[in-house]
Amino acid sequence: MPETGDILMFLLTAAWLLPLAGFVVEIYWLCFSHRLNKGAAYCAVACIGLGFLCSFSALMYWGFDTKWAALSEPAHHGHDTAHDAGRTEGGHEHDAHAANTEHADHAEHPDALTKKYYTGTYYELARFGALRVSLDWYIDSLTLVMFTMVTFIATCIHIFAIGYMHDELTEEYEDHEVHLHNGGHFSRPGRFHRFFAYLSLFSFSMLGIVLSGNIFQVFIFWELVGLSSYLLIGFYIERKSASTAANKAFIMNRVGDFGFLIGMMILWTSFGTFQFGDRTDGAHTEAGLFTMVRGQDGKLDVSEDGKQVYLQDAHGHRAEKNGQPLTISYMLLVAAGLGVFAGSIGKSAQFPLQTWLPDAMEGPTPVSALVHSATMVAAGVYLAARFYPVFTPEVLLGIAYIGCITLFIAATIALVVTDIKRVLAYSTISQLGYMMLAIGVAGWGAALFHLVTHAFFKSLMFLCSGSVIAGCHHVQDMSRMGGLRHKMKITAYTMLVGVIAIAGLAIPGTSIGLSGFYSKDAIVASALAYSELNPGHILLFIAPLVTAGITSFYMFRLWFLTFAGAPRDAHVYDHCHENPSIMTTPLLVLAVLAAGCAWGGEGGPLYRLIADSETVPAVARVASVGAAKVILPSHQGHESDVHHVHSTAGMLALISAIIGMSLAYLIYVKKTIDANQIRKQFSGVYDFLVDKWRFDSLYEAMFVAPVHIISAWCVSFDKGVLDPILHSAASLTVLTSKWDRAFDETFVDGLVNLVGTVTYNVGNSLKVIQTGRLRQYVMWIAVGVIVLFGALVTTIPK
Amino acid sequence: MGEVGLSAYLMVGAVLFVCGVVCMATKRNGIGVLMGVELVLNGANVNFVAFSRYTSLGLDGQTTALFVIVLAAAEAAVALAIALNFYNNHLTIDVDRGNELQG
Repeated sequence: MPETGDILMFLLTAAWLLPLAGFVVEIYWLCFSHRLNKGAAYCAVACIGLGFLCSFSALMYWGFDTKWAALSEPAHHGHDTAHDAGRTEGGHEHDAHAANTEHADHAEHPDALTKKYYTGTYYELARFGALRVSLDWYIDSLTLVMFTMVTFIATCIHIFAIGYMHDELTEEYEDHEVHLHNGGHFSRPGRFHRFFAYLSLFSFSMLGIVLSGNIFQVFIFWELVGLSSYLLIGFYIERKSASTAANKAFIMNRVGDFGFLIGMMILWTSFGTFQFGDRTDGAHTEAGLFTMVRGQDGKLDVSEDGKQVYLQDAHGHRAEKNGQPLTISYMLLVAAGLGVFAGSIGKSAQFPLQTWLPDAMEGPTPVSALVHSATMVAAGVYLAARFYPVFTPEVLLGIAYIGCITLFIAATIALVVTDIKRVLAYSTISQLGYMMLAIGVAGWGAALFHLVTHAFFKSLMFLCSGSVIAGCHHVQDMSRMGGLRHKMKITAYTMLVGVIAIAGLAIPGTSIGLSGFYSKDAIVASALAYSELNPGHILLFIAPLVTAGITSFYMFRLWFLTFAGAPRDAHVYDHCHENPSIMTTPLLVLAVLAAGCAWGGEGGPLYRLIADSETVPAVARVASVGAAKVILPSHQGHESDVHHVHSTAGMLALISAIIGMSLAYLIYVKKTIDANQIRKQFSGVYDFLVDKWRFDSLYEAMFVAPVHIISAWCVSFDKGVLDPILHSAASLTVLTSKWDRAFDETFVDGLVNLVGTVTYNVGNSLKVIQTGRLRQYVMWIAVGVIVLFGALVTTIPK
Repeated sequence: MGEVGLSAYLMVGAVLFVCGVVCMATKRNGIGVLMGVELVLNGANVNFVAFSRYTSLGLDGQTTALFVIVLAAAEAAVALAIALNFYNNHLTIDVDRGNELQG
């Protein structure tokens, strides 16, 4: 009987590698099929669909193997109740065998960090002494949930894309956005198969991030998703806007990755390992990063002066080397955390690197749905969450403020944008800000809960917008839409589900709402609990609360402008139509999940599953010991800080959302408030928002312009100094070569030729002796002998 | 009967040698030339044997003579093969008819 970890590893590895196989087939599609064949899409759907089945069966297997212990009531933090979680029961029978698996229950530490993960190594890439670089896997309930979520959404989006990308199935695709000099449009062969190849590559890379068992491997796949994002944003590469946007996304991500690399270097030198989890090699257990920082009880072991952090080994003691305790400087740990988080900032489009995501909307809409809202940008949040144990309170505070700033900025910009996809893009940034904020205020479960619910409703809304765009023949401007709900019923009402979900609306007085309601509630409650404990950081609660209202406003604005009211552009309205069922079916499926995936809220299955893999349990308040004097709230169990404020926070968030929705209704449907009037009244603010808070101009002035100036200097230096030096060196070389050539041709060649000529002439003159007549030779021999003899006789003295 | 002296042997050798050389120089028949060669070699052999009387072992020259005989046999075999080929190419063994080695 194989062990649980091996079965899960096998299933998830299959789900991970299937898209890679699909990628290989699709990228070489033209070698064995032709451009008009839809097979590439079916191949991609089959791969990712099978991946979903594998992931889902892995989740199910894990659930039944642990008797769904994760779903039962979580443990309270008392000695007597520490065991009733039941999560140990499934584990005991494996304890003896599972080398890499510990379901250990530390009875003496009720708050113990119970290890509920499986980890192992696929392949060791390199080994430098004790340091090693390898490809590992790390599976816990979060991995399983992410796998299931990613593969499921990807499957829906792949199917949708078959319909959406249909016009690429041609030998002559005319790109109406690319104007040629002769006034015509650019025309090229369709790239249907290539689109699906890139999607498959993306799915493979994304799943690779989730499955990675060490930070280095995360980085590999991190770059791979960056690459696939680049390829997909630049899918219409002939459009200048698309190629610029692809470059922008890629370059801004590199800025974040720079921090990521620095963080990795610190981890490598200080910890000597990239591993997340503990690795057991026979009897010896090598502690992973999380254990080294957090030990068995989830607490940082900081020295008394607060400057050093003691590292811990796999057995809950301080790690030692040659009798000296292993430590890392506290500031270095902060730097490592900030570095890794910088990677997250880039990938998740957080302030100050948020400007690439709206531009990334140049890609086809299914890409925006899959890569730039549901999964890839969430990878930054995933990484921050995965790395949560390594973050010190200072880093968490930074994360919280970054998230707080981002969510507010992005939401305000979304108020004035009229491009339907860009509204969603800013909304994505804002929601990612919520997740980051939640991580920063110790709402670990809430952040990932929101990640999953957001993935569902945001991919739904993006697909709806894609459906609108396809139905309206590539019109994206909402000011030309209106009234479309009469023509596109399915799209309109599935979109409404998404809008209600993201706005966090619920039936007042009850706690029945769509998924976003629960997850946003969880975040706002964490923020409220945090700000109650740390009155200095009240902003961390106010901003998400206000933004909840703004979110609700701009999302309803989007829906009202697009689907309600009277048509504003008769041409668009007359020509728009509902899409075929291959595009609407994914909408319906996603709508069901967007509505119901968070069923039960924080008592429901999704939250429990995610919270089960929380590596730093927060059953009690944690007062920070470092420079940042903050207290992290507890959020597990009925006695926790978060639970106390939950209903208050939920009420406030709901009121905020309802205000936002009502305002949108009054302005855009009833028109009791004139939008233009407000625009004129606040024209300064309006322009500021339309300019996206002038971030692009700021970066233009801060980075692009100086780079241009320095480049101009470099050019003039090149042309004025370096080029003349090089040119004179070159002409000197030519001159020397000419001399050299003359010397060669006259002296050296002459000498050689002379030897040749002399030899030839001598030979020529001697050849007359060679008569070829035998008897003559004999005569000469005889004569020679006689002459020699004569010479002998005459010269030898007597 | 007095002892035959060294000079007598040398005389015989010299006569043989000169006969051989003259034979080589005058004969136009290839086989005749070969015979001249044999005479030259044997003239030398007589000298070797005669001089070996005066060496410490008394056998050196005789051994050398044996080697020369063997050498002559080998040379004759090669030379006869050449003669045959010569005949095949020229339908004669007149050595004056072949001057392909002319420079």
